[in-house]
Amino acid sequence: MIQAPVTPILGRGGVIFLVLLLAVAILVPVLNLFATPGSALHVPDYMVTLIGKYLCYALLALAVDLVWGFCGILSLGHGAFFALGGYAMGMYLMRQIGSRGVYGNPELPDFMVFLNWKELPWYWQGFEYFPFALLMVFLVPGALAFVFGWLAFRSRVTGVYLSIITQAMTFALLLAFFRNDMGFGGNNGLTDFKDILGFPVQASTTRAVLYFCSALALGGCFILARRIVSSKLGLVLVSIRDAESRTRFLGYRVEHYKLFVFTVSAMMAGLAGALYVPQVGIINPSEFSPENSIETVIWTAFGGRGTLWGAALGAIVVNAAKSWFTGLLPDAWLFILGGLFIVVTLFMPKGLAGIFSGWRWAPRPPVTEAAKVSTQAAE
Amino acid sequence: MRSLAAILMLLLMTCGVWASDAAQLINALAPGDFKERETAISALAASGAEEAAPVLQALSGGNLYVRKSDGKVFIAETRGDALALTDPVGMAAAGEGAKADIEKIKINNNLRRLISNALGGLTMVSTDPAARRKAALSVLKSGDPAALPSLEKAISDEKDAGLAALMKQAAAAATLRSDRSDAEKMAAIGVLKERTDRDTAALLTAFAATTDSGLKDAATAAAQSIESTLARWAAVQNVWYGLSLSSVLLLAAIGLAITFGVMGVINMAHGEMVMLGAYTTYVVQGMVAQHAPGLLPYALLLAVPAAFLVSGSVGVALERCVIRFLYGRPLETLLATWGVSLVLQQAVRSIFGPTNKEVTTPAWMSGSVDVGGVLSLTMNRIVILAFALAVFAGLMMLMKASTAGLQMRAVTQNRPMANAMGIRSNWVDALTFGLGSGIAGLAGVALSQIDNVSPNLGQSYIIDSFLVVVFGGVGNLWGTLAGAVTLGVANKFLEPFAGAVLGKILILIAVILFIQKRPRGLFALKGRWVEA
Amino acid sequence: MIALEKPQFAETLLFLEDVTVTFDGFRALNKLGLDVGRGEMRAIIGPNGAGKTTMMDVITGKTRPDEGRVLFGDIDLTRLDEAAIANLGIGRKFQKPTVFENHSVWTNLELALKANRSPWASLRWVLGGEARDKIAATLERINLLPAFASLAGDLSHGQKQWLEIGMLLMQEPELLLVDEPVAGMTDAETEKTAHLLRNIAETRSVVVVEHDMEFVRALNVRVTVLHEGSVLAEGNLDAVQNNQKVIDVYLGR
Ligand SMILES: Nc1ncnc2c1ncn2[C@@H]1O[C@H](COP(=O)(O)OP(=O)(O)O)[C@@H](O)[C@H]1O
Ligand SMILES: [Mg+2]
Repeated sequence: MIQAPVTPILGRGGVIFLVLLLAVAILVPVLNLFATPGSALHVPDYMVTLIGKYLCYALLALAVDLVWGFCGILSLGHGAFFALGGYAMGMYLMRQIGSRGVYGNPELPDFMVFLNWKELPWYWQGFEYFPFALLMVFLVPGALAFVFGWLAFRSRVTGVYLSIITQAMTFALLLAFFRNDMGFGGNNGLTDFKDILGFPVQASTTRAVLYFCSALALGGCFILARRIVSSKLGLVLVSIRDAESRTRFLGYRVEHYKLFVFTVSAMMAGLAGALYVPQVGIINPSEFSPENSIETVIWTAFGGRGTLWGAALGAIVVNAAKSWFTGLLPDAWLFILGGLFIVVTLFMPKGLAGIFSGWRWAPRPPVTEAAKVSTQAAE
Repeated sequence: MRSLAAILMLLLMTCGVWASDAAQLINALAPGDFKERETAISALAASGAEEAAPVLQALSGGNLYVRKSDGKVFIAETRGDALALTDPVGMAAAGEGAKADIEKIKINNNLRRLISNALGGLTMVSTDPAARRKAALSVLKSGDPAALPSLEKAISDEKDAGLAALMKQAAAAATLRSDRSDAEKMAAIGVLKERTDRDTAALLTAFAATTDSGLKDAATAAAQSIESTLARWAAVQNVWYGLSLSSVLLLAAIGLAITFGVMGVINMAHGEMVMLGAYTTYVVQGMVAQHAPGLLPYALLLAVPAAFLVSGSVGVALERCVIRFLYGRPLETLLATWGVSLVLQQAVRSIFGPTNKEVTTPAWMSGSVDVGGVLSLTMNRIVILAFALAVFAGLMMLMKASTAGLQMRAVTQNRPMANAMGIRSNWVDALTFGLGSGIAGLAGVALSQIDNVSPNLGQSYIIDSFLVVVFGGVGNLWGTLAGAVTLGVANKFLEPFAGAVLGKILILIAVILFIQKRPRGLFALKGRWVEA
Repeated sequence: MIALEKPQFAETLLFLEDVTVTFDGFRALNKLGLDVGRGEMRAIIGPNGAGKTTMMDVITGKTRPDEGRVLFGDIDLTRLDEAAIANLGIGRKFQKPTVFENHSVWTNLELALKANRSPWASLRWVLGGEARDKIAATLERINLLPAFASLAGDLSHGQKQWLEIGMLLMQEPELLLVDEPVAGMTDAETEKTAHLLRNIAETRSVVVVEHDMEFVRALNVRVTVLHEGSVLAEGNLDAVQNNQKVIDVYLGR
C-alpha cells in the first residue's frame, strides 16, 4: 500500500523559526528588565521597542506572503490594513487619555476640541472599551478586505490590475485620512498616548509586555497561517496561483478562496498595526502611503515568498538594515533599497529562505526511479 | 463729508476756476486739521494738475512732508539721519533737510480713502491706458459716486472704445450709489447688466436692497441674469480646467500607454522618466543661460529633444539591463522597476539636491488670454494642451504609418511570427520601451512649467497615469486619450462640490469600481491574446 | 466494425441548440446544434479554427453564447459559471495539458476528488481510507502509480495528459469533454489513451475533440464534423470521410 504524501504543518524551517522566535521573545524583555543597566547583557529600552517594531513588520510581511506567496495575489495595499488596525488601536489609546489632554476635555480628543467639535462622532463610540477596540482591529481591516476583495475577485481582476487597484485603494485612504473632517486627527494623526489597560505606555514593563505580545502574535499567526497553507485549502490556493482556470474547472469557487485568504491576511495585518501603534506612540496617515505597502512586498520577496517564515525574516533583516544605514549613510539607503528590489527579482527569486534551505515552492519529493521507469514503459 | 468734497470739486470744475498755481494748492495740504486737509486734497485733485497724482501718492504713502520754517511741502525720503527732499513742482531734487526741521503730513483712514478715490479720478485721465483701465475697474468695484464727475469727463475724452465702455460701466456703478435720478439709475442698471462678474451682481443685489421703487425689480432681474451667465461661464471654465488637467494626464499617461498598454510592461519608474525630463529642462535652461543668453526664450524648445533623448536612453538602458529578463513576469517587473524608481529618485536627489529647482517660463508662455471677459486662459496651459495633442498625434502617426510602428505592433502582437519575418524583436522591444520613456521625458518638459521640479515629481503622476491607461483600455491609444479627458474633466467637475481631495478620492473609487465592471477598460480590445 | 448510423441512446444528456458565439463580429460558432446521449462517446473533428474549443468553452461556462441554449439534462448551462458547471458533473480536459505543476501527482488527484468544494470544507479536510483507495485506483488506471509522489511538473508530456484525464475521473463526471488528448503523443501512448478513453466511456458520456484520424478510428464511435462554427456532417467515420462536403472542406482549400 502506498503512503499518501502529507504536508507537515510546520516543517523544518517553521520549527526552527518558532524556536528562535521564542528565544528572542523571552530573552530580550528579560535582559531588558533584569540585567543591570550598563552591563554587556543589558538590552536598552529603545532596543526593545525597536525589535518590537520589527516583529510587527514581520507579521505584516507574513500576511503579505500568505496572499502573494500562496495565492499569487500581489497586494500593494496591505499597508492600508496595517494602518486601519493601527488607527483602531490608536482610537482606544486616545480615549484613554481622558481629561489629561492639553484641553482637558474628558470626552473629546484634543484635535477635536481644536476643531471646535462639540461631540464625539458616532464612529468613535465604543472605542473606550478595550475589547471593542480589539474587535475593531480585526473587523475593520477584515471588512474592507472583504468588500474590496468581493468586488475585485468576483469580476476576476487579477495580476497587475489587482496590484494597481490595491495601490489606488490605499492611496485613496491616504488622501481621506489626511482630511481633518474625517475625524482621525488629519495630518498629525493620533498621538500623545498615556496608557493602555491602565498601564503607562512609556513604562519599561509595559513596553516589554507589548514586545512580548508582538512576538506572541507573530508566532500565533505563523502557526495559523501554516495550518491554513498545509491544509487542502492551502493546496487549492497554490493551485489557484499556478493554474487558476484549471482550478475553476475542477469545481472550486476561486473567488471564495481568494476572498477567504485575503480577509484573513488583512486581519493579520490589522493586528500587526494594532501592536505597532502603542510601541511607536503614533499613527498618522503616512502609514497609508503606497510606498510602505510596496516596501512590505520587498521584505517578503527578499526573505523568500511562499515559506511564511522567510517573509518574517526578510522584514526583520531589511528593517534592521534600514535602521543601521539611515543612521550611518542616510543618502545610501534608498540606493540600497532600490537595488534590493532589482537584485531580488532578478537574481534571488527564492530569497533568503532559498539560501537557507534549498528552497522550494512546495514540498518536492525527488522524482523517483519508478516514475522514470513508468515513463519508459509507456513508450 | 465726501459729498461736500464732491460738491466742491463740482463747483470748481463748473466754474472753470482752474487753479493756476499748483504749488499753492500743494502747500495747502499741510496746515489745519483733517477736515481742512480733506478740502485741500479735493481741490488739488480737481485741479487736474500734473503734480497732483505723485503728490497724493506721496501723501497716502506717508512721504509728504512740510518744512516748518516756511510751510513749503516736499516729497521726501529718509537718507541716513536726514531727509532727501524733492520739490513736487517740477520734481527737482531740493537738497536735504534735518529731521527736526521737517514734519510729516498726517492723514487718517478717511483721508486715505478720499485720496485713493481722487487718485482713481486722476489716473482716469492718465496718459497710460493701462492706468486708466485700472482706475475704471477700481471704481467699478467700489461704486464710489465721488468718482462720477472725473469719470464722466474721462469718458468724453476717451479715444479707446473698449476703455470707454468700461468707464461707462464704472460710471453706471457709481450712479447707482449716487443721488441721481431714477431714470439715470435705470439706464445704469441696463449698462451694468452687460457685465458678467460676481462683483457687479453683488453691487446690483445690494442696490436692490436699498430701494423700493421699480428700480428694485430691474436690479434684481439684472443681477439674476448676470448670475446665470456666470453659472454658464463657470461650467465652461470647469471644462477648460478639466481639459487642462486632461492634457497633463494625457502627457503623463501616453508613454505608459506604449510601455504598459502596447508592450505589457508595467513600469513603475515611468514617473521618474517624467522627472528626468523636467530636470533635463532645468539643465538645458541653465546651460543656455550661461552660454547663449540670447536664446533663453527658446531654451524650452531645445529641452524638448534633449528630454526625449535623456529619458529615452535611460529607458533603453532599463529595458536592456532589467526588464528584458522579466518578460512574462509582470509582478516581478513591477517590483524591479519600483526599485529602479527609488534609485533614480535618490540619484537625482544626490546630484541636484532635495529642493525644488526653478525653471523659468519664457515670455511667450506667460500671460493669459481673456475669453468673454470672464474666462482667462493662462498661456502656459494653452501651450501644454497643444503640446499634449501634438505629441499624441505624432505618436499616432508613428504607430500607424511608419515601419518602426509596424514592427512594434508586429512584435507585440505575435513575437514568433515577427521573428520569423526577420524583425529583430530584441531591438524593437528596447526601442519601443525607449519611445515610451522618451515621451515621458517630453511630459517632464511640460510639467516643469506648472509643477515643482523636485525628485518626487514623478511620484505624483504615476498612479494617475496608470488609472488613465487602465480606464481607457490597455493597448489602445484612443482609449488613453478618452481616459485622460474623462478623468480630467470629471475631476474638475467634482472639485467644486466635493473639494479637491474628496473629488480625487471619489474618482479613485469610481475607477476602482469601473475596473471591476470592465476589467479591460473603456475601449477594451477583445481577443485571446489579451488573456494570455 | 459496427456502423452507428443512428443514435441508439435513449436519453439525451447534452443538447446544444442554435448556439452562436461572436468575437468582434467574427462568428466562431454559428447556430451550432449537438446532441450527445447518456453513456455515449462522441468524436468531434474539424479543421483548425472550426470552433471545437469554443464549443467546449461554451459548454463549460468559460464563454457565454450570444444566442442559443445549452442543456445538460434539463439544466440550462448558459446561466452558470465554470465552478457550478463542473460541480454538476462536467469535466474538461484542455487542449494544452494543464495540471498543477507544483503539486505531486497524488495531490493533483486529491484536489480533483469529488468532495465538498467550499473553503471551509477544504480547511477541515482529512484524507480518509476510502478516498485513499479511490486515488490509488485511479493512479493505477492512468499508469502513474509508481510516480505518485513526483511533482506533476516533472512528468513527461504524455504522463501529464493522463494525469489530467485521471483528475477528470476523480471528479466522477457524468460528461467528460476531452480536447485533443493525443496531440504530441507517441504512437504507443496514443493507443493507450484510446484504450483508456474507451474504458472510461463505459460508465459515462465522453466528447472527444481530435485531429488524429487513426485515433478517431481506434475510438470507433459516431463522428461529428464541425466547420465554420456549425455541423457539417455526422455519422460513422467512413461515412463522414466519404461525404463530399467534408472532402471539399478538408482537401478543397
Ligand atoms: N477569445 C477569443 N477571441 C477572439 N477570437 C477567438 C477567441 N476564441 C476563439 N476565437 C476564434 O474563434 C475561432 C474558433 O476557434 P477554436 O474554437 O479554438 O477552433 P478549434 O478549436 O476548432 O481549432 C478561431 O478563428 C479563433 O481565432
Ligand atoms: Mg482547439
